Amino acid sequence: MTSWWPLLAILGVVGATFAIGLFGVRVSRTTSDFLVASRSVSPTLNASAIGGEYLSAASFLGIAGLVLSYGVDMLWFPVGYTVGYLVLLILVAAPLRRSGAYTLPDFAEMRTRSRRVRYASSILVVLIGWLYLLPQLQGAGITLRALTGAPVWAGAVVVAVVVGITVATGGMRSITVVQAFQYWLKLFAIALPAVLLVAAWYRDGTPVFTEGGWGDPLSGYGEREYPLYTTYSIVLATFLGTMGLPHVLVRFYTNPDGRAARRTVLAVLALLSVFYLFPPVFGALGRIYTPELAGTDAADTVVLVLPSVVFDGWLGDALSALVAAGAFAAFLSTASGLCVSVAGVLSQDLLRHEGRLGDGVSRFRLGTAIAIAVPFLLALVAGRANLAQTVTLAFAVAASTFCPLLVLGIWWPRLTEKGALAGLLVGGGAALAAVVAVLAAGPFTGVVGALLGQPAAWTVPLAFATSVLVSLRTGDRSQRLVSDAAMARLHGPEEIQARRA
Amino acid sequence: MDEKPQRRVAITHPRTAAARSAAKRGVRRDVNDSTALGVTMIRSLRRAQLRLAVIVGVGLLVVLGGIPLLFLLDPPLREARVGGLAVGWILLGVLVFPAIWLTAWWYVRAAERNETQFVDLVERS
Repeated sequence: MTSWWPLLAILGVVGATFAIGLFGVRVSRTTSDFLVASRSVSPTLNASAIGGEYLSAASFLGIAGLVLSYGVDMLWFPVGYTVGYLVLLILVAAPLRRSGAYTLPDFAEMRTRSRRVRYASSILVVLIGWLYLLPQLQGAGITLRALTGAPVWAGAVVVAVVVGITVATGGMRSITVVQAFQYWLKLFAIALPAVLLVAAWYRDGTPVFTEGGWGDPLSGYGEREYPLYTTYSIVLATFLGTMGLPHVLVRFYTNPDGRAARRTVLAVLALLSVFYLFPPVFGALGRIYTPELAGTDAADTVVLVLPSVVFDGWLGDALSALVAAGAFAAFLSTASGLCVSVAGVLSQDLLRHEGRLGDGVSRFRLGTAIAIAVPFLLALVAGRANLAQTVTLAFAVAASTFCPLLVLGIWWPRLTEKGALAGLLVGGGAALAAVVAVLAAGPFTGVVGALLGQPAAWTVPLAFATSVLVSLRTGDRSQRLVSDAAMARLHGPEEIQARRA
Repeated sequence: MDEKPQRRVAITHPRTAAARSAAKRGVRRDVNDSTALGVTMIRSLRRAQLRLAVIVGVGLLVVLGGIPLLFLLDPPLREARVGGLAVGWILLGVLVFPAIWLTAWWYVRAAERNETQFVDLVERS
């Protein structure tokens, strides 16, 4: 791997990101432009941007690495990432758009009329954002190392700097266009090599790897314990966690109304479904052509390495360059989206009372710097689990906190301020404790390893139960009035809603 | 924008469209101001949408959640093959995706139908 092609391709993606981002600066002038593109993004562009933002290092590299190491059970990751959007569609998409909130803390406050719930939500958004940014930066590190032999911190520096500058200068408007572009780049970058690899596999007489139950469900291949529990926990975290991811929700406020929000999700589901057909191909064919990567730290690089192993000469070089470009598009787009959300919450809520920090835009820029610097420092010191597994921890925290808040908040009028707060604290506390334990001292083995490594199966029900029980004990008349007003706003179609300024 | 400085009052026969639209504003205000009537109407819409979401959600849970269970209870199925590819790969790698999209498409149609019916109800009463 001494070719210069991949490096040039990465430079191209970085350059294009900067160019489109800088072009966007000319139209980004108000705080609203920065945070939600002034709600003026068309549905097609919005859907491509959501797809571009959502398909992260975990989707582009992590899934293939997991399939390579552990086999067919890992297909639940792409399935779960997609179904997460379907669950979001049926439970929160339209009501959330109608809530008129910019961010998750806005929704929390709108629904409960409580500053305390708002602050708890703000802190959780920042923590989930950082947890999700961490694997993006680590992914950039291992990609650059695999392609050029650079030290792991180099790739993280590239992504942190590019993201920090684009977000701080252009905010949401410019990254909408950047991310839409990056979806199509990622799709092309994974689909073309995958199709050619399958053709090569036919040429070689379709060899199949069946050893030790790798291709069979629930085999626990690769020394995974409790495959059934783990499968269901992954299912729960990804199905319910998507709706609680900060960068996913912020995109819904850029739709003009609730119906447009639903239709956007429908388009997003189509885009995700097409993309997720391809990463498992790399995992499955990697098992045949690059078996030495399986079960090692380098499994995540199978997407990057496989084309040059299977194809010689210029074709291998060109395809390596293409997947490298796609991988960097994945890190940059997801990291930008997360960075905007975290910076928005930091500047709106947590830095708000620092008057000397200046106006909304300069607070947003300070927020951006903090948003990207913390996960960057974490990436330098944290031990590394598989990319898709780290991302799933962020899903598990989101599923244990914002999923109960959103679902109960939208569908259950009896949710109270104290109920919402208790759910966030207990669910978030339990899930975060598991995450910190795994990242700091893991991986663990046995029952403890399964429960902490995939905590969603017990933390999500715990959070729901806490919210419901506390709400039932604390409901009163004033809470009922708050709920009635919120329900009219969340569920009433736009045609009959009173116009709001 | 919709606030005019001086409001003109149209004197109309009670059976014309103009008269009905005055009544419409009344119910609409009930919904927006959460009067007893408005709360009841919104509750009926919310329950219709929740029923729909539960139908889709439970369907998902049974069909997708049933796949690991199916493999658990029927071990020969884990190694079964269709056209050279194992059942698990075909199901989870390919077939789930069109199924997810069709479910979503059906849901969006049904949810919009609920809302259209609700708007009709508000406008007519």
